[in-house]
Amino acid sequence: MTILSVFDIGLVVLILGIGASTIAVREAFAAVIGFVVYGLLLAIAWVRLSAVDVALTEAAIGGGMTGMLLLGAVARLRFAEGNDVRTSLPTRLAAGVMCALIAAGLAIAILSPPDPIPTLAPMVMEHLAQSGLGNPVAGVLFVYRALDTLLEKVVLILALLGVWSLAPDSVWGGIPGLRVYARPGSTLTFLAQLLPPVGIVVAFYMCWVGAKEPGGAFQGGTVLAAMWLLVMIAGLKRIPSISQSWLRLLLVVGPVIFLAIGLAGMVLANAFLDYPAGYAKPLIVAVEVALTLSIGVALGMLASGPPERVRQP
Amino acid sequence: MTLALDIFTVSAVSAGVFFFLAGTVGLLRFPDALTRLHALTKVDNLGLGLVVLGLLPQANGPFSALKLVSIWLLVQLSGAIVTQLIAGAIRPRGPHR
Repeated sequence: MTILSVFDIGLVVLILGIGASTIAVREAFAAVIGFVVYGLLLAIAWVRLSAVDVALTEAAIGGGMTGMLLLGAVARLRFAEGNDVRTSLPTRLAAGVMCALIAAGLAIAILSPPDPIPTLAPMVMEHLAQSGLGNPVAGVLFVYRALDTLLEKVVLILALLGVWSLAPDSVWGGIPGLRVYARPGSTLTFLAQLLPPVGIVVAFYMCWVGAKEPGGAFQGGTVLAAMWLLVMIAGLKRIPSISQSWLRLLLVVGPVIFLAIGLAGMVLANAFLDYPAGYAKPLIVAVEVALTLSIGVALGMLASGPPERVRQP
Repeated sequence: MTLALDIFTVSAVSAGVFFFLAGTVGLLRFPDALTRLHALTKVDNLGLGLVVLGLLPQANGPFSALKLVSIWLLVQLSGAIVTQLIAGAIRPRGPHR
């Protein structure tokens, strides 16, 4: 047994242990912390499987962003009344049976794959050079499965609309209820002044390098959102009201440009979301930059929560 | 030359791992939150610092080395500030005001 397989087995045991403790623990706060640790360990597991793109997304979205959303939910639940209602035994039994069925189905699919395992990977690698991209993941996302990628970004906006629609009518178009800890001269202010320049460079580096190495719009957008949230939480920039037109423009600019290039593909190339020969890479990079901005704004607004205050005139 | 660099890497990374171990023991065994934070900062500074130092000779060119050093500096920055924030949050209801 090599040292790497010892490491892998240890990692799997840790992931299973953290997953079990996340379910078993009674307090919601501890469960969220367990979930974040689970996300980070899972990211290491993806690195071991040589899927660095997935690892970056898991660490950024699964560990970081979802963790922050869940922490916000826990903080809200503390003040909400009537959250100690116990679910009835049949409901819990039904949930347990459904989960066990899904787990069994996944186990069967993974443990007894058809022989040979169906794969399109050789075809992707063979034709990747035509797109001018070096990263096969970016190639699949933006060339072969572009429709999925487009819809994925639209779903993000739909999720944000879902959060916004939780606002009561009186504060519609108002300012999201993100908690601000503005104390001039505090260490938080210092961090919020020092880190964003570095973070913005890292975010656009991840977006740019995504064309030929692991990285991309989602990872870059998450870093961008984190920097924006840091600046807003430290009180250095005001939280924008959701009726600001620049905010809404930034939210849709990525999907709109993607869709426009896709529609242009019907005229200039052969099909919807097809790229004209020779222009694939510059078009994809343009879409990625616009998507990075949109994803950053959408995630930042998702974490800020529904509007709670009326907009100041 | 390569052998000397490899020996340097192994010893520096091992020393870093020792600090990670010591910090983890401190996190589990120390009596209150402030001392546990103290143990964690040692892991950030020395543990990760020694691991990065040990990996520098193995880096693939000066840019990779620069990336490793910047990772260490960023972890230092966020670690120090987050420790301050957590300590500030628990201090008012801690044992000594």
